[in-house]
Amino acid sequence: MDLILVNLIDGLVTGLLLFMLSAGLTLIFSMMGVLNFAHASFYMLGAYFAFQISLYLGFWMGLLIAPLVVGVLGAGVERYGLRRVHQYGHVPELIFTFGLALLIEELVQFIWGKNQMPYATPEILQFTAFSIAGNSIPAYKIFMIFISIAIFIGLLYVLTRTRVGMIIQAALTYPKTVEALGHNVPLIFMGVFGVGTALAGVAGVIAGPVLGTFPGMAFVLGSIVFVTIVIGGLGSLWGALVASLLIGWITTFSKAYNLRMEDLLTWLGFTKPEPIWDSAWRDLWSITSPQIADILPYILMVLILIFRPYGLFGKRDA
Amino acid sequence: MTDQLTTDPTKPAQRIGAGSLTVPLIPWVLAAALLMVLPFIFTANSAITIMNQMAITIIFALAYNMLLGQGGMLSFGHAVYAGVGGFACVHIMNMDDFFAQIPLPLLPIFGGLMGMGLATIVGAFSTRKAGTVFAMISLGVGELIAACSVIIVAFFGGEEGISGDRTYGMPFFGVEFLQQIEVYYLIAAWLLISAALMYLYSRTPLGRMANAVRDNPERAEFLGYSARWVRFFSFVASGFFAGVAGALFAINYEILTEENLNTTQSGLILLATFLGGVGFFFGPILGAIVFTLVQTVLSLQTELWAFYLGIVFVVTVMFFPGGLAGLLMMHVPAMRLGKLGRLGVPYLKTLGSGAIGCLGAAGLIEMTFHLRHASAGDHSMTLFWITFDSHTILPWIVAIAVTFVGLGIARRTAPALAEAWNEANTPDGAPR
Repeated sequence: MDLILVNLIDGLVTGLLLFMLSAGLTLIFSMMGVLNFAHASFYMLGAYFAFQISLYLGFWMGLLIAPLVVGVLGAGVERYGLRRVHQYGHVPELIFTFGLALLIEELVQFIWGKNQMPYATPEILQFTAFSIAGNSIPAYKIFMIFISIAIFIGLLYVLTRTRVGMIIQAALTYPKTVEALGHNVPLIFMGVFGVGTALAGVAGVIAGPVLGTFPGMAFVLGSIVFVTIVIGGLGSLWGALVASLLIGWITTFSKAYNLRMEDLLTWLGFTKPEPIWDSAWRDLWSITSPQIADILPYILMVLILIFRPYGLFGKRDA
Repeated sequence: MTDQLTTDPTKPAQRIGAGSLTVPLIPWVLAAALLMVLPFIFTANSAITIMNQMAITIIFALAYNMLLGQGGMLSFGHAVYAGVGGFACVHIMNMDDFFAQIPLPLLPIFGGLMGMGLATIVGAFSTRKAGTVFAMISLGVGELIAACSVIIVAFFGGEEGISGDRTYGMPFFGVEFLQQIEVYYLIAAWLLISAALMYLYSRTPLGRMANAVRDNPERAEFLGYSARWVRFFSFVASGFFAGVAGALFAINYEILTEENLNTTQSGLILLATFLGGVGFFFGPILGAIVFTLVQTVLSLQTELWAFYLGIVFVVTVMFFPGGLAGLLMMHVPAMRLGKLGRLGVPYLKTLGSGAIGCLGAAGLIEMTFHLRHASAGDHSMTLFWITFDSHTILPWIVAIAVTFVGLGIARRTAPALAEAWNEANTPDGAPR
C-alpha cells in the first residue's frame, strides 16, 4: 500500500511534467493546425538557458528568465519561420519544425558540447519533504508538482475567465470573424506560440536538474509528448491532462512492479516450452513489465488510433 | 523523366504531358551506361563503398518519395520497412539450406516482400487519413518497432544486431560476390530495375490517382475513387521498394542493427528526399547523391557537418520548397528561350561571392567551435588547408573580412541577377 502511494506521487510528477509540454503543443495545434515537432527542443533550450543563467544569478532567476527567453525565441520562430512556410501547406510546416528540431539539437551541441551539464537542484530544496514507509520523497518533487498545478490552473483561468482568453478561444474556431471584429489574429497566433514554447521552457527548467541536461533530452521526451496529445485527442487541453497522467502512471507502475509475461501465459493455460532458450517464443516468455515500460505509451497510441482515431477527448470533426 | 507530375489545373501544359504514357528511353540508357562505367572512373575501394551506399539511399529515397512527393503522405517512420526487409534477408542468409538454393541477386525480392507485408499490416489502419494523423501514426509505429528491436532478440538480435554471410548463396553464373565490385554491379542493377519500376508505377492510373488524392482527396472521392485505398496501395508499393533497399543494405554490409530502423534513420531519409526535391521524379536521386556525399565526405572534414546540414535543410524548407530539383527546373523556361547563357556571368558574380562569404562564415563557426571545445592548450587548427593559431586575432579578422566582403558583394549584385533572370525568362520582343 505504501509503495502504491510512492508510485502515485512519482507518476504524478512524470505526468504533470509531460502535461506542461503537451499543453503548449496541443494549444499550438488547435490554433494553427500544425504539430510543432520542435516543441521538445524548446524544452531542452529552457533547461540549457536556465543552467547558463543559474551559473551567474542562481536557480530562481533561471526559472524566471529562461522561459521568457524561450518564449521570445518561439514567437520569433513563428513570426519569421512558420508564417513563411504556412503558405506551402501543412506538410511543409511539419517538415520545417522537424528540421528546426534537428538544428536546435546541433546548435546545443555546438554551444555546450555533447556532455551532460552539471545543472543541479537549488540547495534550499535539497531536503526530504516527508517519507512514506522508508521511501523518502524529495522536496524538489513536491515543488515540481506545485509549479505544474499552478501553471495548469493559471492557464485554465486565463483561457476561460479573461477577455484575452475569450478572444484566443474565438480565434481558434473562427479566425476570420475575429479578425473582422478588429483583433490582430496573427499577433494572437504569435503570442500563443510564444506562450506555448515558454511553457515548454518552464518544463525544461524544472526537469533539467532531475532528468539531466544533455543534447539528447529533447529526443528522449519528444516522441512521448506527441504520443500524449494523440492519445488525449489533438487539440484538447483536458485530453492532454488525462493522457499525460495516464502515461505517467502506466510507465511508473510497470517499472515498479515486476510483472512477468511467463506468469500471465501460464495463468492463461499455456505451457512453457522446454528448453526455453531454444524456442522461437523465448522473447515472448521472458518479457517483463519494466522492460516494456517505455514502449507501453506507443502501444496504447496505436490501439487508440485503431479503435478511437480521434483520441480520448478529441472531437469527431477535428 | 523530367515532367512534373501534377494535376494542378493552373498548369495545363504539364497535364497534357502527364497524360501520355510514352516513356523517354534516353535518360534510362544514359543512366545504365553511367552506372556501368562509374567503377572504371572511381576505382578506389572507398569510392565503390560510397557509390554502393549512394545507390541504396537512392532506392530508399525514391521509395520514400512515392509517399511524400507523389502521395502527399509524410512518414516519420519509413526506415522500419527498409530495416525489417534487411533483417529478414540476413535471416535468410543464415538459413543455410534454403539460402544455398537461391542466387544472391534474387534476395532483395524477399526483402521487398517482407517490407511490403509489414506495410500492408500498418497501412491497413494508418492510411485512413493523410496529413498530420498519418505522420503521427507513422512516428508511433516507427518508435514502437524500433523499441521492440531490443526486446524481440530472436528476430532483431538485440543491441548488437544480426550478421550473415552473403557468399553462402547459390553462385550466380559463377559469381559468388566475394568482392566489393561484384556487389556494386548487383546493387546498380537493382537500382536501375527499381527506379524504372517506380517510374512506371507513377505513370499507371494508380500512380496518377495517388497524385490526385494528394492534391484534392475530396474531388478524387467524387470521381468514384476511394482516397483511402489509393493511399493504401501507394503505401504498400513504397514498403516493397523500401524493403528492397533494406535487402541491398543487408547484402552490402552483411550486418543490421537497431540503428537501421530507428527514428533517426527515418529522419535522414526525409532530409535527403526533401533536399533533392519532392516535386520531380529525379529529385530524390539528386538528394540521395548529395546527402551521401555530405554524410561520407564532408563528415571526414568537419565534426559540424550535421549542423551545416541542418541549416541547409531549414533554409531549403523556408525558401526553396522545391528542393534542388525545383531549383534546376526553374531554368527550363530560360533554356527553352535559348537565353540560359546570359545568366552565367551574373550567377558567377552573385553566387560565387555568396559561396565565398558562406565559406568565411563556416570558417568563423569552426573557429568558434575550436575555441570552445578543443582540449586545453591545443591552439593550432587546420582550416581549408591552412594551419594557424585559433587564439590569435589575425585569423578572426581574415575570416570576418572574407565573410562580410563575400556576402556584401553577393548582396550588391543580387539586383543585377534578378534583372538578368527576368530578362532571360522574357521572350524577345515581348512587352516588358
